[in-house]
Amino acid sequence: MTACGAALFGGGVTLYATNASAMPAQALRPPGVLDEETFLGACVRCGLCVRDCPYDTLDLARVGEPVAVGTPYFIARQVACEMCEDIPCVKACPTGALDPELTDIDDARMGLAVLIDQETCLNFLGLRCDVCYQICPLIGEAITLELDHNDRTGVHARFLHTVNSETCTGCGKCEAACVLDVAAIKVLPITLAKGQLGRHYRLGWEEQEKAGKPLLENIIDLPDRMPAGGGLQ
Amino acid sequence: MVRSRWRWKWLFLRRLTQVGILGLFLLGPMAGIWIVKGNLSSNLVLDLLPLTDPFLLLQTTVSGHLPETTALLGTAIVVTFYLLVGGRAFCGWVCPVNIVTDAAAWLREMLGLRPRARPSRTTRYWLLGTLLIMTALTGITVWEWVNPVSMLHRGLIFGFGFAWVVLLAVFLFDLLVAQRGWCSHLCPMGATYSLLGAGSIIRVRADDRARCDDCMECFRVCPEPQVIQPALKGTGDGPGPVITGMNCTNCGRCIDVCDQIVFHFGTRFHNKMEASS
Repeated sequence: MTACGAALFGGGVTLYATNASAMPAQALRPPGVLDEETFLGACVRCGLCVRDCPYDTLDLARVGEPVAVGTPYFIARQVACEMCEDIPCVKACPTGALDPELTDIDDARMGLAVLIDQETCLNFLGLRCDVCYQICPLIGEAITLELDHNDRTGVHARFLHTVNSETCTGCGKCEAACVLDVAAIKVLPITLAKGQLGRHYRLGWEEQEKAGKPLLENIIDLPDRMPAGGGLQ
Repeated sequence: MVRSRWRWKWLFLRRLTQVGILGLFLLGPMAGIWIVKGNLSSNLVLDLLPLTDPFLLLQTTVSGHLPETTALLGTAIVVTFYLLVGGRAFCGWVCPVNIVTDAAAWLREMLGLRPRARPSRTTRYWLLGTLLIMTALTGITVWEWVNPVSMLHRGLIFGFGFAWVVLLAVFLFDLLVAQRGWCSHLCPMGATYSLLGAGSIIRVRADDRARCDDCMECFRVCPEPQVIQPALKGTGDGPGPVITGMNCTNCGRCIDVCDQIVFHFGTRFHNKMEASS
């Protein structure tokens, strides 16, 4: 009976733990974090990363907060990661739940910034806000400005923020700095933010470049029909 | 041979240690004096000495993640220490939940409550086993979602949230449901430390057990009274005078309350009765 009781209780705890381990999309993990499931086994919730963060960015989740209790996180809109070059939070971790292999903070992937609301972003409205672009620690790399015709005025350009997932560390400075009442650019967990091509997909133009020649010989190149009376080309 | 003397020495020293250790942890966040950083799960003393809780390390390892050297070293230091002073000395002298459950025990006695549930004292080992299996299956340290020990300590240092609900539950469980229910029957963390304590050096001894006048005070105050019986009542070739039960918390309360001064701290060695003179 004792064993049954203990098993029931333990099972209940497990059910609760697995249910309560979902992360809300706004909560980000410190740099070097292992994938979430491994992290929830590896982190002993000691808070040494929190203590060694010189900017008080990190906090341990309290009971009742929607992050796994006792684990470190930060909310970019409140305080972003300052991307310290010596990465003190990772060095402080005794278990390696924050991976000590991470030695260059630019390789951190805490999340991925996404310009999630093009309807309110000032640059998309045709203004030159650029604050997220300017504040990005990897200025000109993680966020680039892509020029686009402004159809409203007819004569101006729009400078559209474009986040590049190969370089964005997810530090959250852009989200923290966004001048709107509610940020138009947000850092999301990478799993939420990224799509993925079908595994069997091959991009023809890349394959062609790799092969140095057309992948299929003797394809008949038919003339392309151009729009609006452009004729044939 | 009844002597009047101060009957609170070890209890006082124990409370002083519990509060002192908590104080050291709180000095950092409250006064900016960083003698200890982190919490009982894992911490760094004077920016040099790493200490990691063996139960936490056990869970982490079972989850499938091999911890870094710092945590392994920290656990080795902690384990060595408790092998010396008694595994469950952690429970009696360090764990903050002990203050909560001791308070429940005190209040229960004051109010004359007689909780009726009598869970087996082996429940904790079954629970420990279940949790380790679940941790291995899920890959996450499931107990840390509810562990009142880490919750209380972390709560005091890093912010409480609703952790008080869990602690209130433990308090009420001990007060109304089962006498010494949490620490002496259920806590899997204490169970882990008790396994460490199976071979630990420092022990309470009843070398003067011949003087025992069966007043039963030691049994009344002891959180794990089953450990006293063999050492106190053994005779001849029976059990020696050392309390070897792995669940003894080395709290020393029996030493305090015994008017006959039967008990004292010693080592586990020489566990044979000297021929009485």
